[in-house]
Amino acid sequence: MHEETVYDALTNAHGEAGHWAFGTGFDDPLAGVDTTVPDGIDPADLGAYCLMLGDDALVLAQRLTQWITRAPELEEEVAIGNIALDLLGQARLLLARAGSVGVLGRSREQATATIPDEDALAYFRDVDEFRSTALVAAPDADFAQAVVRLVAASTVRLAVFTRLRSSRDPVLAAIAAKGVHELAYHRDHAARWVLRLGDGTEESHRRARSAVEAVWPLLADLFTATDVEERLAAAGVAVDPAAVRDEVRDVLTQVLERATLPVPAWPAGAPPRGRLGEHGPELAELLGILQGLARQHPAATW
Amino acid sequence: MSEVTAEGGHGAIPTGPEVPVQPRARAVQRDWPLYEVFVRGKRGLNHVHVGSLHAPDDEMAIDAARDLYTRRNEGVSIWVVRAVDITASSPDEKDPLFAPSGDKVYRHPTFYEIPDGVPHI
Repeated sequence: MHEETVYDALTNAHGEAGHWAFGTGFDDPLAGVDTTVPDGIDPADLGAYCLMLGDDALVLAQRLTQWITRAPELEEEVAIGNIALDLLGQARLLLARAGSVGVLGRSREQATATIPDEDALAYFRDVDEFRSTALVAAPDADFAQAVVRLVAASTVRLAVFTRLRSSRDPVLAAIAAKGVHELAYHRDHAARWVLRLGDGTEESHRRARSAVEAVWPLLADLFTATDVEERLAAAGVAVDPAAVRDEVRDVLTQVLERATLPVPAWPAGAPPRGRLGEHGPELAELLGILQGLARQHPAATW
Repeated sequence: MSEVTAEGGHGAIPTGPEVPVQPRARAVQRDWPLYEVFVRGKRGLNHVHVGSLHAPDDEMAIDAARDLYTRRNEGVSIWVVRAVDITASSPDEKDPLFAPSGDKVYRHPTFYEIPDGVPHI
């Protein structure tokens, strides 16, 4: 009997490596991409900016991964796992881009000389070399906090990536163009949960409300540009985070209002401590788990 | 071909005085309801049943279906339907339902000459 199934395409996909997200080889995420830095862009600044965006994705991916085996239902666990993998993919590309413009420099240790740039950056930098924000590093008190944080983080990131698609660095622009679709889904999925928890039962509303109270202060430093971002924004390479603040505030306010949650006062701007390498103990703890295996067994494969 | 069943293969939805007709209040349901998922692989094909999942409501069922059944680029369209809303034929009625068509060969379009110029029949 002739029966077409949706999985036919998979079994018939021999030799089409493009079918898979990264191809079937996992060697170089930027293989075949011209990584030349366009004229007038400072490679050191570009590398630092890629670390900021890449570290945000890496740290949030790790936080989300901690929900595996703990999500409320199996289906939601898969959803969270998918989102974490999307972010890990973004982190990999961004850290590889940072590596391609030489952020590792001569500080790269002998022990890690054989592993790819993005792995060296993810596993062998110390906590004060990370450029992620406090929003992505905060641990989740409960599922409500996980989805409230995710809606906030993905709204900010989507606003930035949408603009980055026209970056003067073609690699950054391509990474952003790929990421926009992923982030739009992350934001929608998280927002759907916020609506259901906020406008759900008495208990879910209470939890969603305290999650908002816990997450909102973490927005304070997100919209303050570092010197690197200011220079690159002026050069048409980066996005000035201050430029997305109003859009982010509008989207998040709309989500909270629809979820019948009180909208806290928008926090006053704060210095971008995380972007400069100042972090709380929660990031060190997270990196301990993330980096432990790779540091114990450099270049291990399985 | 597999039998069309609902609620994870229990056959027809039982009806009778012992089965409450009104669904229980949804807000206090402990377990999420079961949904059946149908995916259309590409334009022009039919939606095909690919599996089932649990979700708190219709919209989240679409999200979950997207994550569970289309993560390798399998689909362009998803349908979800609550399993309890599917009325399935009962295995007990198999013979009255399906046996009568078994010997009616004239219902198959096998008595026609297929012209050479028609490739896709």
